[in-house]
Amino acid sequence: MNSIYAVLIDGTIYASWLFLVAAGLTVIYGVMRILNMAHGSFYAIGAYAAASMVGWYFNGEGAALPVWGSYLMLVVCALVAGLVVGLVIERGLLRLMYGRDEILMVIITYALLLILEDGMKMVWGVDPYMAFQPYAEMGRSVLGGLKVSNYDLALIAVSLVVGGGLWAWLERTNTGKVLRAVIHDREVAMAMGVNVGLMFTLTFVLGTTLGALAGALTAPAISVAPGLGVEVIVLAFAVVVVGGLGSIEGAAAGALLVGLARAAAVHYAPELELFVIYGVMSLVLAVRPQGLFGRTLVRKI
Amino acid sequence: MMRLDRTELCLIAAAVVLAAGGLIAPGWLVFLLTMAFAKALVVQGVVMQMRAGLVSFGQGLFYCVGGYAVGMGGQFFGLTDLAVLLSAGVLAAMLLAMVLGLLLTRYRDIFFAMLSLAFSMILFGVLVKSPQLGSTDGFNVVSWTLFGWSPAKETAPMALLTVTLVAGLAVALLLHRYVQAGVGVLCEAVRENEVRVEYLGLSPRWLLYSNYVAAAAVSALGGGLTALAAGHIDPEMAYWTTSGEFVFIALLGGTGHVAAPFLAALVFAVVRTYAIEFVPHSWQMILGFTLLGVIVFLPKGLWSLFSRAKAKGAAAS
Repeated sequence: MNSIYAVLIDGTIYASWLFLVAAGLTVIYGVMRILNMAHGSFYAIGAYAAASMVGWYFNGEGAALPVWGSYLMLVVCALVAGLVVGLVIERGLLRLMYGRDEILMVIITYALLLILEDGMKMVWGVDPYMAFQPYAEMGRSVLGGLKVSNYDLALIAVSLVVGGGLWAWLERTNTGKVLRAVIHDREVAMAMGVNVGLMFTLTFVLGTTLGALAGALTAPAISVAPGLGVEVIVLAFAVVVVGGLGSIEGAAAGALLVGLARAAAVHYAPELELFVIYGVMSLVLAVRPQGLFGRTLVRKI
Repeated sequence: MMRLDRTELCLIAAAVVLAAGGLIAPGWLVFLLTMAFAKALVVQGVVMQMRAGLVSFGQGLFYCVGGYAVGMGGQFFGLTDLAVLLSAGVLAAMLLAMVLGLLLTRYRDIFFAMLSLAFSMILFGVLVKSPQLGSTDGFNVVSWTLFGWSPAKETAPMALLTVTLVAGLAVALLLHRYVQAGVGVLCEAVRENEVRVEYLGLSPRWLLYSNYVAAAAVSALGGGLTALAAGHIDPEMAYWTTSGEFVFIALLGGTGHVAAPFLAALVFAVVRTYAIEFVPHSWQMILGFTLLGVIVFLPKGLWSLFSRAKAKGAAAS
């Protein structure tokens, strides 16, 4: 009984993290039809930016600064990093590639991933960064006999806010409505006077910022080292494909499914930990090829 | 008597020249050539599917199966014969592909890419968590024999290069015929317009299925040869970045000619060797920019440089 409870808690925490990582990926795919392999690198850039800035904040002259400032620092780092990287990449590269084959776009973002991986090594070096203070400062609380880090619980809240915010933005605002029109039919939206180029830029920057935010919020809990993005991206793919590409509620459902499955595997059969994630993905796709919330596309002759 | 066309004669001549060159080449070059051509076989598997419009981001799966068959055959079953080990890998890969193909051929585009990636990652996950298979470290491959002959330590690399060249030549000749045969031509038709192929009364799914299984066999052969050349195998062979590398080489060469993957793999191996030597922390970046450059300027790959030059020559005369 106790272990089922532990699985639920661990699974929910892991799921909220997965959702944060996958949200940006699914938003970009939904609007732009680009399966962004470089998303993991945006995550890593966010993590590096946050880890180095928080490290700076707590060392040297910032010794007497209050702890809450570091949380603010995490978010600001993510916003700045995501905004800059997103704008540069969208305006500088992807803009020139629009209209190409979907699978070719995957390969273009793969090239981007290779470039960004080494770019990060040039900026931040190959030594790991630690920024544990925000994580440690929050302490732990006891939930039904289980010690859980408050930071992890806060992560659940953040992912709920992000998910809810995205949903409200898409469903309740004017820009969201226009964006849904673009998702539904790009050409008709263009004919109706929607500035699709602007919408693409907006979406891409939003996606990179979400990726960087996920990285920045994860940074205090891990040691930030090269190769971070490459590990994360396949997980995010699994989540997004399970939920249905381009669907936000799908990403949430996929994250929950994968998160709980992994937590169960970790508790009951640790040797299956990696297997179970892709096992769930293959199983879902075998039954529903378009994912849980995916739309089926009409075949064109 | 089977008649050979010009391409086939050129391929045979190239293989003979390379084998003869291997006799006088220094050790590092023999190793580089062996690895490049072994990996080129894996890339052939990617290219076969690319011709049918599918990009496999999980060809590392069969590369790994081929490699592990060689490693495990030697380690656990006491097999040392090269032909037996390689055939075991090819057979295992084909059996696996026959099962996975049933599911995978239902998918196209990015779904195919992602699902093939997922299967490769499943194997990676299983291998990493299997201590009896060496976990993350993998294990060493035993030294091989060929029909009772065991090569001396000095001649083994050279002999393996010859074996790789023979295998590569055999595959190249077969593939050259394959792309001209009905199934090869139809694979291209599937890429262009699947529904029309269906209207012709053919089954695209069955075509893609046989193509998938054949590609798996070719890739496993490459994996087995790589394992023999490197003398070591580890789960990294199934990791998705390995498969990404194969896609990279496939795009670099292009799908225009059966020799293109061999050329591209050779270029890749040389560039990588020097890039790691001189700029260890930015060689991936070089790869990334090269990939972008190829996509923008040479969408048909390096081979289009040759065919373009040929077309120009024909126009001039």
